[in-house]
Amino acid sequence: MAERLEVDELLLDPIRKTGRGFWIAFAALLGLIAWGAAAYLTQLRVGLGGTGLQQPVSWGFYVTNFVFFIGISHAGTLISAILRLSKAEWRRPVTRMAEVITCMVLLVGGGQILVDLGRPDRLLNVIQYGRYQSPLLWDATSITAYLTASTVYLYLPMIPDIAILRDNLHGKWNFLYRVLALGWTGSERQHQILNRAITIMMVMVIPIAVSVHTVVSFVFSMTLQPMWHSTIFGPYFVVGAIFSGIAALIIAMLIFRRAYRLHAYLKPIHFQYLGQLLLVMSLLWFYFTFAEYLTAYYGGEPEEMKVFWSKFTGRFRFQFWAMFTCNFVVPIVCLTRLKKNTIPRVLIASITIVIGMWLERYIIVVPSLSAPRLPFQEGSYAPTWVEWGELAGSFGLFSMFYLLFTKFFPVISIWEMKEGRHQAIGEVMERVKSYLPDTAEPATAHAGGTEVAP
Amino acid sequence: MATWGMVIDLDRCTGCQACVMACKAENNVPSVGREEAGKGRVLSWMQVLAEPDEEHEGEVKRFIPRPCLQCDDPPCTKVCPVYATYKNPEGIVAQIYGRCIGCRFCMAACPYNAKFFNWHEYQRPTAGQNPDVSLRPKGVVEKCTFCHHRLQKAREQAAVEKRRLLPGEYNTACAEACPARAISFGDLSDPTSEVARLSRSPRVFRLLESLGTRPKVTYLTEGEGRG
Repeated sequence: MAERLEVDELLLDPIRKTGRGFWIAFAALLGLIAWGAAAYLTQLRVGLGGTGLQQPVSWGFYVTNFVFFIGISHAGTLISAILRLSKAEWRRPVTRMAEVITCMVLLVGGGQILVDLGRPDRLLNVIQYGRYQSPLLWDATSITAYLTASTVYLYLPMIPDIAILRDNLHGKWNFLYRVLALGWTGSERQHQILNRAITIMMVMVIPIAVSVHTVVSFVFSMTLQPMWHSTIFGPYFVVGAIFSGIAALIIAMLIFRRAYRLHAYLKPIHFQYLGQLLLVMSLLWFYFTFAEYLTAYYGGEPEEMKVFWSKFTGRFRFQFWAMFTCNFVVPIVCLTRLKKNTIPRVLIASITIVIGMWLERYIIVVPSLSAPRLPFQEGSYAPTWVEWGELAGSFGLFSMFYLLFTKFFPVISIWEMKEGRHQAIGEVMERVKSYLPDTAEPATAHAGGTEVAP
Repeated sequence: MATWGMVIDLDRCTGCQACVMACKAENNVPSVGREEAGKGRVLSWMQVLAEPDEEHEGEVKRFIPRPCLQCDDPPCTKVCPVYATYKNPEGIVAQIYGRCIGCRFCMAACPYNAKFFNWHEYQRPTAGQNPDVSLRPKGVVEKCTFCHHRLQKAREQAAVEKRRLLPGEYNTACAEACPARAISFGDLSDPTSEVARLSRSPRVFRLLESLGTRPKVTYLTEGEGRG
């Protein structure tokens, strides 16, 4: 049964046609990936000595990247699940893009650990000799679960769209769509099963997502190091993850909106809602940061204070205050009263937040290691081109995965848009009616129908 | 079973670094060269930390020789994802170089900075190395083992002669080399040993004792009228 597309033809355009813009982006990303590959090969050859790492700062960019990229992954599946669960109707053009981010960025984030290892050839020791007491294994478990669940959660709502591709595109990739569509015909029963499966997955994926960044924070908070050994780290990391994730989602949406001319789908109202969410997260981030630093300051333990002052006025002050500006000052200025100039303002805030959250991860990892408890061996860390290359390469790889995805599958869920047009409007009307007190007369009687007869 | 431990008398330590050099020679700890040292990548299982004197600018208040403290509750072993570092039944915190994946989590977790990483391949087999101690490849963590190979050797000797290990038969290179006899090493579970006697002294303190790591290397503070 070939489904006819009337209005959403535009969403298939990126798959049908490949313009010059794609190849420019492709080449640029390839360049970044090549830089990353060169850096990694150098590191394999000379050892981790090719980086700026030393004693006692034995963790630097890679661990920062790990925490950062895993954090970005919270944009996707978590946000999408929450929006679906809360029946936010404006979610329809947003969820797919969010879910893709999660899957792609988890691959890149998990890969950071491999880059960080002194002996990547022995990675499988983790399975053979795994010691479950180590928070690194908690990470591995949680991230694997999240990647699996997110991939399923991305794939399930794609099935009807893949069937549309199968029926409408007859190129050399048709076999791919035929296999992935799993014989979807769009029958009533299939829809029922699909909706049920999506509901199960979205309920499941929320606790998994929360667990992921909680155990990422445990890598630090389980140790005794000053300013790491903190009970607040779990929720603090989760909040930061969602915060940076939404910002990354907004940037991705704006790029594809422009590149694929999706202005009709991604309207300023979507960015306004996401911007408001971002503002709430910014305030929440500030609340956690404030609580974390005030507790350390008030306690005044000398070893913690050493790290504290290195961040506030010492050698990390530039990164620290840049982080504060990017994560709090700019968002507050940009994201209040969003009615006017929504898109440029949301974009500026999102870009600074992504940078700011990377700095936040850096400012958590490096200063604590630079000022160890035994004060006789302080270190300062300066990354080399190898670390910058890995950062660029990781970013390039993530963007490349994303770009290629959009060349095979629609970035906006076609069937969910259709469902929105044909079913949801009626359903929402019913739902809103069901919230209101039952009246003897139909609610349509009068415009001022708030006075209800007992 | 023995519990190996060490007591370092800061009253006797002169900061001469003989323990550092003896350790390096004994355990094939490579010298990394000036450039690497400048980057903060010195490998030295035994280090003499110089505590600055706050009252007198530029003066050293005291020297603290710091091997691995062989904690009884080691923060480093808990976090290792592959059991490459663990506490053996006699209390020595060991490192399996052939299994370590080089994640450096133990380094981040150790509050004493007693673990070291092979950032490059620092040495190849050459003449003059101690054949009893394996060379570490690039990309793994290494640490002080209380000269564990000496224990094995002494134990083998005792087994051949069908007798028990005698006190003093197993000693670490640093304790042996100290000209001021500041370092005593031995079995803490044997109440008659010198190290057990010293560890009952009222002058005993432990590094970062409040962390609860229970180090088996303890220190004696400077006596009265000094420091």
